Amino acid sequence: MRLFELGERTAKVHESLVTLPELAENTDVRAVLLDIADDPAALKPYLNRLELVVLRFPIFRDGRVFTQARELREYLRFSGEIRAEGHVLPDQAAFLKRCGVDSVVLPEGSDPELWKRQLDRFPVAYQRSVLPSRPVGAGLRIEEET
Amino acid sequence: MSVPVGHYQYDQIDRDFLEARIAEFSEQVARRIDGSLSEDEFKPLRLMNGLYLQLHAYMLRIAIPYGTIDSKQMRMFAHIARHYDRDYGHFTTRQNIQFNWIKLEETPDILRDLATVDMHAIQTSGNCIRNVTSDEFAGAAADELVDPRVHAEILRQWSTLHPEFTFLPRKFKIAISGSPHDRVAARFHDIGILARPGDDGRTVFRIFVGGGLGRTPIIGQEIFDSVPEERLLATLEAIVRVYNAHGRRDNIYKARIKILVQALGIDAYREAVEAELAQMDLEHYRLTPEMVDAIQARFAVPELSAPENAAQELANRQRENPEFDLWVRSNTHPHREAGHIIAVVSLKPAGGIPGDATSAQMDRLADLADEYSFGELRITHLQNIVLGHVRQDRLYDLWSSLKEVDLASANIGLIGDIVACPGLDYCALANARSIPIAQKLGARFGDASLQAEIGALRINISGCINACGHHHAGHIGLLGVDKRGEEFFQITLGGRAENGASIGTILGPALPEDDTVDAIARLVDRYLGIRKDGETFLDTLDRLGDAPFKEAAYETV
Repeated sequence: MRLFELGERTAKVHESLVTLPELAENTDVRAVLLDIADDPAALKPYLNRLELVVLRFPIFRDGRVFTQARELREYLRFSGEIRAEGHVLPDQAAFLKRCGVDSVVLPEGSDPELWKRQLDRFPVAYQRSVLPSRPVGAGLRIEEET
Repeated sequence: MSVPVGHYQYDQIDRDFLEARIAEFSEQVARRIDGSLSEDEFKPLRLMNGLYLQLHAYMLRIAIPYGTIDSKQMRMFAHIARHYDRDYGHFTTRQNIQFNWIKLEETPDILRDLATVDMHAIQTSGNCIRNVTSDEFAGAAADELVDPRVHAEILRQWSTLHPEFTFLPRKFKIAISGSPHDRVAARFHDIGILARPGDDGRTVFRIFVGGGLGRTPIIGQEIFDSVPEERLLATLEAIVRVYNAHGRRDNIYKARIKILVQALGIDAYREAVEAELAQMDLEHYRLTPEMVDAIQARFAVPELSAPENAAQELANRQRENPEFDLWVRSNTHPHREAGHIIAVVSLKPAGGIPGDATSAQMDRLADLADEYSFGELRITHLQNIVLGHVRQDRLYDLWSSLKEVDLASANIGLIGDIVACPGLDYCALANARSIPIAQKLGARFGDASLQAEIGALRINISGCINACGHHHAGHIGLLGVDKRGEEFFQITLGGRAENGASIGTILGPALPEDDTVDAIARLVDRYLGIRKDGETFLDTLDRLGDAPFKEAAYETV
């Protein structure tokens, strides 16, 4: 497994990773894998002990991952690591980061250089995300912390 | 022309962003060509850059935000038509332009050319928030409450490469109007927004969700009556977030927001959106007056002044020239400023292809915009071109110039102002060709006096049930169907997109192309025979129902 870090946070390898239904019985586990159809709000009782939430793309076109990540960060104020895995493209790197994802399990054959290039592609954004930002010029445009 | 009026002016920051986007797309094309991107992976990426694969070639759809361009941008379209296509372009029902004969490897060059005039093809396709449409008479119409283009631009910016909403279940279309006369078909959009002035001097928004045409035509329902300006973006984030999380992804024909709104019911959808808003940091998403004013400041406004006798001059010319008078009656709209008028240039010449323009016509329109309307042009959702700020005393000269290039058809809002999808001539999805029957109908009713006599009557033609020609919303709608390999057309009556939106009902069995044209001719004759004074086609239909029309249409069949 190759991990790619989207921001400052260091990606941490966890020995045991359980699914949402398994979480209640495994009180010592600190990492959970959310299904694409799971509601992140179901993690509420466990947030204090969780260090990692893994979100899984069944296919890169399934954009629910982005909303799951934002709900974790913005509604649940989850401060641990969020990771994306599954079928994901480098072209999605900045979107993931801006929705609060910290790391990606690189699919086989991925070029980390391309991921890095995609991450740094755009100098500004036209809407707020979960990242801290400052306005650039006038209007909606912002520069985000990298 | 110094500073273009009517649209947001880019600065270096916006241009750098566009350049980065082109660099990204060039790399994506290269990765597709070297095989590191599969076609399945490349497809959504190219679609988000407006590049479709049609029946015979690639098609590039270029974004015209809120339908407004300047003459320099129009000349760039002419250049693209000449250099990269077959010397013409096609203006679409979403106020964009598309070129139908594009080579994949030339698209980065086209995008670079476009960027020199601050244009792009971002989000003109794909399962993302599409280019935002607006009222073609914005900032000019006498009946307008608020110029919706400033907020349309805000929505364009907000939706551009939105990190959360770029891989939605399906495409997502937003329209915004600032007039009590809905010229954007607000209730046939995923989100339709009607702007009006609020008590505090800021703008307030009435929002509809879940409207749409396509296979399952549904009229949008009101989700909020009065959203304050500072809450606009938060509210849209919440509406789209509920859709992104819960919209169906198992069946593309059930994936639009309209299906979700129908499944949940509008009240439950509203509650879900309110639950999102209750959890959101509203300050974080606040659209401040400063942001709005800063964007407004990037819109130049025309300095209007007309001589005292402008209206009189126009009236004199109309009296002298009946042909001009006919054109003025159908192809103009009242302007908010005395001595001015809004002129609509029809791209529907009798027997022509609706919405097409040659490079020579585009160049000429650009010149006329410079000469008569501050260099500004608007594309209408009925695929015509608007010159928004023409002096009344100069309208005759404008009309004379339009006549020289065959752009003076007097048929706006009349039976010749046909909307047709590209159909089987271009589209891989179509069952039937939409263009030939549009041409035949246009020719049949080509005479300007006859069209004036018939009055307001809109024909919409779709080549398949995906309904890109909006046949459900046509006063007369035609839907192409395949019957054992032959092209047939199903007729619907009574659709309308404007205030009091409704969906047309099927008249009877589908007919072959030529029989359909004859049936419509009989149906129109019947209307002329039975209408009361002052009644439009829709009025007569509403009064008598479709029985007399059904009888006329199927008379000889």
